[in-house]
Amino acid sequence: MAGGGDLKVLGVWTSPFAIRVRVVLNLKGLPYEYAEEDLGNKSALLVGSNPVHKKVPVLIHGGRAVNESQIIVQYIDEVWPAGAGGRPAVLPSDPYERAMARFWAAFVDDKVGSAWTGMLFKCKNEEERAEAVARAEAALETLEGAFKECSKGKPFFGGDGIGLVDVVLGGYLGWFLVVNRIIGRRLIDPARTPLLAGWEDRFRATEAVKGVVPDDVDKMLVFLQKLRAM
Amino acid sequence: MAEEIKKGLVLLDFWVSPFGQRCRIALAEKGLPYEYSEQELLGTKSELLLRSNPIHKKIPVLIHDGRPVNESLVILNYLEEAFPDAPPLLPADPYARAQARFWAAYSDKVYEVGSRLWKTKGEAQSQARAEMLQVLGNLDGELGEKPFFAGEKFGFVDLALVPFMPWLTPSFERYGGFSVAEVAPRLAAWADRCMERESVAKTLYPGEKVDEFITLLKKKYGIE
Repeated sequence: MAGGGDLKVLGVWTSPFAIRVRVVLNLKGLPYEYAEEDLGNKSALLVGSNPVHKKVPVLIHGGRAVNESQIIVQYIDEVWPAGAGGRPAVLPSDPYERAMARFWAAFVDDKVGSAWTGMLFKCKNEEERAEAVARAEAALETLEGAFKECSKGKPFFGGDGIGLVDVVLGGYLGWFLVVNRIIGRRLIDPARTPLLAGWEDRFRATEAVKGVVPDDVDKMLVFLQKLRAM
Repeated sequence: MAEEIKKGLVLLDFWVSPFGQRCRIALAEKGLPYEYSEQELLGTKSELLLRSNPIHKKIPVLIHDGRPVNESLVILNYLEEAFPDAPPLLPADPYARAQARFWAAYSDKVYEVGSRLWKTKGEAQSQARAEMLQVLGNLDGELGEKPFFAGEKFGFVDLALVPFMPWLTPSFERYGGFSVAEVAPRLAAWADRCMERESVAKTLYPGEKVDEFITLLKKKYGIE
């Protein structure tokens, strides 16, 4: 029987990818040891556990490493499925709904993810940043439609409870606050994407999310400067 | 007029697409009958394709009882879960499944990096070459001495990766100036082993045909 006592997460506090794994572990009520990695000086454990990508997050369970955040989330959902003591599921049980969740999760990391790197890390001037912001907003408009489809009137993409698409998109919310500060308006605009704006507030207010999705914009800006200088 | 929902499986695909071939091999391995629908990609896309995959407008699309599933790896996972009585391609153990999903996703890099080999020149091409050697080395290392990626049985990672082999040989090899047999000998032997399976042999086109197709694409996009 898989125990919760030997779980370790290698992460970075601002990483959308590490954040989603930690939220899922919280949702499942699984205790874990968290180790903060320094991207400028990666630990031997990280490099040894993820030799192919050398990236966070890594989940180490019983001494074995699982890599790639969406794969980690599915692994956690399979090892600790819904049931015991009200533990929730992260993916739906119906195969077609699972396919929809995986499709939208892939879309988020593809379209929102690439715009995110463009808005914050890769842009060389304000023009490039604006172009990336436009791409993010376009992706978010598509996700507004996806939210309507997936949630079916319920609070989250996953329905009554947080699911795969929620944690995948939710991982970016800390950085969205930074973008909001830089561009002087909310990226998830309540006028253009009202459903997502409501979702953003609900997601942040969830117990499993508090303390994991960052909200200290000044601290994140310092982190951003260091990263760009690396 | 209400459209009658078509029962069963339809695969919207393009003959040489390695992503479509993943799905075709999986369907064959699972013994699942389906209707193959060749799509026009270089000209005007069909209404059915645009309706089924409005977000990406890409193949492959698997339509099951009228409902579309998009993205090849999503389709592969869907086939596993929607047809539990068919022979599984993923292992049962969650850790082994996570490993299989990791390497199946990683295999996308062969196509991504390989495409840069024929689309670019100079510095960009050299970088792609260096990355390709690393990718092939990683895959060769992961395979090791095993007959297939998961061990004795042909499975998920094998079918995710094998469609890229006719793109590697001769095309990517020539554009990149390397040899799979030299840099990843175990992978080369594995590719031959996979071709002994009917599902693979009947689905993949020879490298020469893929090479012709790449030449066609270069002309179409005005790449020298």
